[in-house]
Amino acid sequence: MSILVIAEHDNNDLKEATLNTVTAAMEIGQEVDLLVAGLNCSQVAREAALIQGLNKILLVDSTLYENFLAENIGLLVSDIGKDYSHILAPATSNGKNFMPRVAALLDVAQISDISAIVNSDTFERPIYAGNCIATVQCLDPIKVVTVRTTGFDACLKEGGSVEVENITLEHDASVSKFIKEEIVKSDRPELTAADVVISGGRGMQNGENFNLLNGIADKLGAAIGASRAAVDSGFVPNDMQVGQTGKIVAPDLYIAVGISGAIQHLAGMKDSKVIVAINKDEEAPIFEVADYGLVADLFDALPELEAKL
Amino acid sequence: MKVLVPIKRVVDYNVKVRAKSDGTGVDLANVKMAINPFCEIAIEEAVRLKEAGSVEEVVAVSVGTTASQEQLRTALALGADRAILVETEVEVDSLGVAKLLKAVAEKESPDIIILGKQAIDNDSNQTGQMLSALLGYSQGTFASEVSLKDSSLEVIREVDGGLQTVHLTLPAIVTTDLRLNEPRYASLPNIMKAKKKQMDTLTPDELSVDVKPRVNILKVSPPPERAAGIKVESVEELVDKLKNEAKVIS
Repeated sequence: MSILVIAEHDNNDLKEATLNTVTAAMEIGQEVDLLVAGLNCSQVAREAALIQGLNKILLVDSTLYENFLAENIGLLVSDIGKDYSHILAPATSNGKNFMPRVAALLDVAQISDISAIVNSDTFERPIYAGNCIATVQCLDPIKVVTVRTTGFDACLKEGGSVEVENITLEHDASVSKFIKEEIVKSDRPELTAADVVISGGRGMQNGENFNLLNGIADKLGAAIGASRAAVDSGFVPNDMQVGQTGKIVAPDLYIAVGISGAIQHLAGMKDSKVIVAINKDEEAPIFEVADYGLVADLFDALPELEAKL
Repeated sequence: MKVLVPIKRVVDYNVKVRAKSDGTGVDLANVKMAINPFCEIAIEEAVRLKEAGSVEEVVAVSVGTTASQEQLRTALALGADRAILVETEVEVDSLGVAKLLKAVAEKESPDIIILGKQAIDNDSNQTGQMLSALLGYSQGTFASEVSLKDSSLEVIREVDGGLQTVHLTLPAIVTTDLRLNEPRYASLPNIMKAKKKQMDTLTPDELSVDVKPRVNILKVSPPPERAAGIKVESVEELVDKLKNEAKVIS
């Protein structure tokens, strides 16, 4: 059993999601290699080398991989990955973008978004917005898998001194070009990595009212999320969306404000350790999953909560 | 220019599905079915490209049983010009669907293929990317804006933390995200007209594609239940519980 994990990074820093994925890989088997592909990303490889228990790090440095275009990365990973029994990547927007290509190029199935490992070919994954958990067995010789990061703890990134092997492989599909990226810069933690998340729903009424969440988020060091209803209504951008088609989060504390609790939203947050719901409708389904429910008008409750924290 | 729009028949998004008590699957008896919401967005985008005058024909295609004709008719009522059903009783997995769609694309030679980013039943998010890899087409997934420029597409993509813009050489594959557009409703006259539009049927055999599943579903079970919580009376009580009972804030 040899396992290839694809590192998620931005050419400067290794993303936390990689560490959860390495944990999943090590549950499957002992021989885990990590692929760092990008441009001028040797410092990412050095950072990853601190992870204990990795077999080796493969570093591919080329302009072709600078922006992680799925067409090029797909070719690269299927080329390197063909000699492995498993290829794993985190189920981030980047992982979801190229991993199905890897599977198709290798003519094998892809198993998406696994939340648990049963054995080396059998995995659990949520379906129907998390209303059911399917146990699936992959019959193909190479298992191409994306990992739901909330299902696995992050591995430690200290004390290791893993060997880094430089590889030169040029795969250029030449069908697409990167133009630009607008990443929202924020002092707050990333939604998927935050210990506390506070999210607003349709009950917030407009985008401006999301400012009511800021003070609370500042005091709790929280990330701010939103329900699909709030995104659809144009209150906030889509990258704040928590749910089936947005981000999956599992913080220590999740505070849902003015969110009714549609199954699509619950799919993205119900593995949170402690859930708080603030909603003026006492029949709202969100209260069925909340550890602490407060039936109140959010426009009264939020300023008071900020003051009392 | 021609656009191919693959669509999927799924459980209506308002239905709360349950695992069968014997764990063999999901209980779909008498459940309302519909076009997958992301596929509706794909149809809408294709129809808008046609209305803008840059596309001549929109072809909807689905893989499934004869029941999928219902969703193809809806696609026709929403503005697709004709439809193709690849009929099979097998529950084909993503790679199989991608191979069938590849075979259809080779017959139809579309310039653009627009698909939903994921189906809300299996939540796999694979088919568009697999199809793109098999055909060697360019790929713009999770699109929130698509602009057609001569022989290329500019696609704004929803990525973690923001937006990414990519330039795609045609033929190209686009998968839709929520904010791409707001799909229209089918009008009654258009529903009537759709009944007369052409619908062809193909089989996996005719397309020479092996659709044998590569993944066994061993068990489908309900997710772990959360223990019932409590209602608190005031913000003060809430803060107290979070500090002293749950110990998640200090």
